[in-house]
Amino acid sequence: MLAKIGQSTALTIKPIEGIANLSRRGVLAGAASLVLGALLPAPPTRAQPVGPVKPGTRVPAFLVIGKDGSFKILSPFVEGGQGINTGMAQMIGEELDVDPARFAVECAPPGPDYAVINGLRMTGGSFSTRSSYMLMRRLGATARDLLMRAAATRLNVRPDSLATDDGQVVHAASGRRLAYGDLADDAMKLAPTEDVMLRDPATFRWLGKPVPRLDVRAKSTGKAIYAIDQKVEGMLYAAVQHAPHLGTEATAIANEAALKAMPGIHGVHRLPGAIAITANSWYRARKAAEAAEVAWSAPPANGFGAIAADYSSPRMLAALKASTAQAITAEKEGDAEAAFAKAAKVVEADYDAPYLAHGQLEPPSSIARFNADGSLELWLPNQMPELFQSVAAETAGLPQEKVILHSPMLGGFFGRHFVYGPGNPFQQAILLAKETGKPVKVLWSREEEFKRDALRPLSFSRFRGAIGADGKPTAIQVRTVGEGPLGRYFGVGANGGVDSSAVEGIVEKPYAIPNRAMEYVRFPHPVTIAFWRSVGHSMNDYFYEAFFDEMADAGKQDPFRLRMELLKDKPRHRQLLETVAAMSGGWKRGPYDAEGGKRARGVAMASPFGSETATIAEVSLDGAEIKVHDLWIAFDPGSIVNPAIVKSQVESAAALGLSATLFEELVYDGGLRQSHNFDDYPILSRASMPQVHVEIVESGAPMGGVGEPGLPGVPPAVVNAVAALTGRRIRSLPLSKAKFSS
Amino acid sequence: MASIQVNGTRYEVDAEAETPLLWVLRDTLGLTGTKYGCGIAQCGACTVLIDGQAVRSCQMPLDGVGTSEIRTIEAIEQDPIGHKVVEAWVAQEVPQCGYCQSGQVMAATALLRQTPKPSDADIRDAMTNLCRCGTYNRVAAAIHQAAG
Repeated sequence: MLAKIGQSTALTIKPIEGIANLSRRGVLAGAASLVLGALLPAPPTRAQPVGPVKPGTRVPAFLVIGKDGSFKILSPFVEGGQGINTGMAQMIGEELDVDPARFAVECAPPGPDYAVINGLRMTGGSFSTRSSYMLMRRLGATARDLLMRAAATRLNVRPDSLATDDGQVVHAASGRRLAYGDLADDAMKLAPTEDVMLRDPATFRWLGKPVPRLDVRAKSTGKAIYAIDQKVEGMLYAAVQHAPHLGTEATAIANEAALKAMPGIHGVHRLPGAIAITANSWYRARKAAEAAEVAWSAPPANGFGAIAADYSSPRMLAALKASTAQAITAEKEGDAEAAFAKAAKVVEADYDAPYLAHGQLEPPSSIARFNADGSLELWLPNQMPELFQSVAAETAGLPQEKVILHSPMLGGFFGRHFVYGPGNPFQQAILLAKETGKPVKVLWSREEEFKRDALRPLSFSRFRGAIGADGKPTAIQVRTVGEGPLGRYFGVGANGGVDSSAVEGIVEKPYAIPNRAMEYVRFPHPVTIAFWRSVGHSMNDYFYEAFFDEMADAGKQDPFRLRMELLKDKPRHRQLLETVAAMSGGWKRGPYDAEGGKRARGVAMASPFGSETATIAEVSLDGAEIKVHDLWIAFDPGSIVNPAIVKSQVESAAALGLSATLFEELVYDGGLRQSHNFDDYPILSRASMPQVHVEIVESGAPMGGVGEPGLPGVPPAVVNAVAALTGRRIRSLPLSKAKFSS
Repeated sequence: MASIQVNGTRYEVDAEAETPLLWVLRDTLGLTGTKYGCGIAQCGACTVLIDGQAVRSCQMPLDGVGTSEIRTIEAIEQDPIGHKVVEAWVAQEVPQCGYCQSGQVMAATALLRQTPKPSDADIRDAMTNLCRCGTYNRVAAAIHQAAG
């Protein structure tokens, strides 16, 4: 029964020229690649129209108005901490004229109505609010219009004699009021008006206001239900032991009989790349899974879903650095070669960043149940219901419509819950439910999660900067060698183009450096790579903005003033820099004396996901370690829905960025991951948490993303501050690898 | 068969003596507010109160509980200090994904029991629970608010 997990999504496998031992690799290009293309500037989109349904328009698909006065939103998005449920209630409630506090919001089942991101449905890319802001306002307004027309018929009055008041239609002339709940049945039978009027933003009660989050009480009292908390009647609990080397299979279980004799054990099972134990409790299943003495096949060569016995992070990095492969152009402006030929000074530096785990605090789990009617029902954490549904259907051998999918609240995600081949437990749950004939809940222990979590790719870029006689940069060249998740999973750049998720943060920078030559070499990893909060920006803005300071130093320029100067035609960016400087009490680089010793500051900018950020960090040395005292972040997402949630998201992204800067790296050695749990994969704790000061600037530019953009400015701001303090340029993260002396 | 006292109710539990209290609470008693995060007492998501002390239940075997009174997040609002902590958590909008927050609330309640007016240093020393959303500063603000 060794069905191939992971490869089931590989609808097309294309050979790609790598080097050394990474010769031929595959591209996962599932059905979603058809639609993800629509998100990207080029090449022209291949988005398919999704049936006759125009996503985001049919009121009954999104809104359930109960006769009891309840309001439920079926959201295209899944809540995982980013506050989208509250945002949805604000967007719909404002136009519907219902207080957002009255809404219950849940993630909708799969269906074409919810493909609101250019024909695609996902919770990611910091797309949720900006993709649905106008759609959901219009939907709320459409619903309100339907309710008013139903009321007009009921009351036998003209619609324009009616108004609404927080869930009621009001006929002022007669003082009569009808609750939405009493009108909903009639209203939903009416044909919607095409061009409903939207509310004048000057009259907003809830949009743009710090409306309280809908979920904080449930989350403060243990009542919020996550995938891991789900239970269905008669289910077995399953624990797994994954093969230590990705791509190997169990060949024997020496103590299988003894395992079966352990208390509560139902069965011992072989899965692709793992063994599983089913039992009447998860703890019993886990004990047996850990006790299993499994012989595994020999590690194969590096390849699609396989990691060789000699694979290591240092070797991978060395291979990226040594690559002489022909690059493709990611950005070209002016004549960089000519500028270098005339340069007064040339600066060169290599930057790299490690593999990172997501470390979301909820370990992944999935429940699979085959129902009597032949359907398969799943409860699982996911950021993309339709993709999981289609992969599940393939795994189970069912048509897609026979798969019922529930998408519970996520205990953190940060990019963790896309389909990552061997990196998700749901296919294991399906196979085990099929084999046992019972519902099965698979839960990965934290250790098993560390074995199979998909990782932010280890990354590398080589920089050259030309400095003119006046000390200003005249040209910049960057060679980026690596692989991004859009290329891996959605086929972006598969036909020889650029994978934007590998170069974002290096291209499209705002600075007026007249000659630019950015190039990209696609270099696939055998590792299961991932989207990780802010994706390519998570390392590339660190690389670029730290190198920017190196260019400033080489030309004897202050890094803040040089940024201001190179942004003189970019008022939006200048305003952010001025704002962040003012927030921090005026720009000063240091080192300067402060309480407890010398401190210094660094500045960085980033343009992630349609938003703009400017960040300043203040650091000191605490013994041999860097201590970050304060982060000031000026954040311009154009316009916003909820300032309180926006601030929380920027704080949260900053904390994750700092965690990656200071501590995080998942190292491969001998083909094996060297981290197993939070004791050997330290993440940011309270002891290292700085003060985070956030100021939102609403420039009125098109709405950008919120969940991720707070992150990318933090690593370079910190590293630039460290350079100012210690004179040392840190070109490889995390900082914990570097030894400082105070 | 072990007998444990949880949130004022006595339960007879059929589980091996070494079974961590966490799994008894979650899978046997259905009290899923207490979370599994790491299983090695690193993250604190599984924190409960045992005789008023914060304990990481993933490392507390069933037979180590004895006759002690266990309180979980499900009954935290019935504790006067716990009630204040929850109200402060709501007012400060501490949770984001929320997964670690049961444990944070329990740890904060234990801290305030012992130290009614904690300093920042007290909070730093006592509140070692991990939060991947980075809500640490709001946790501290909420503890100060609950302390009044």
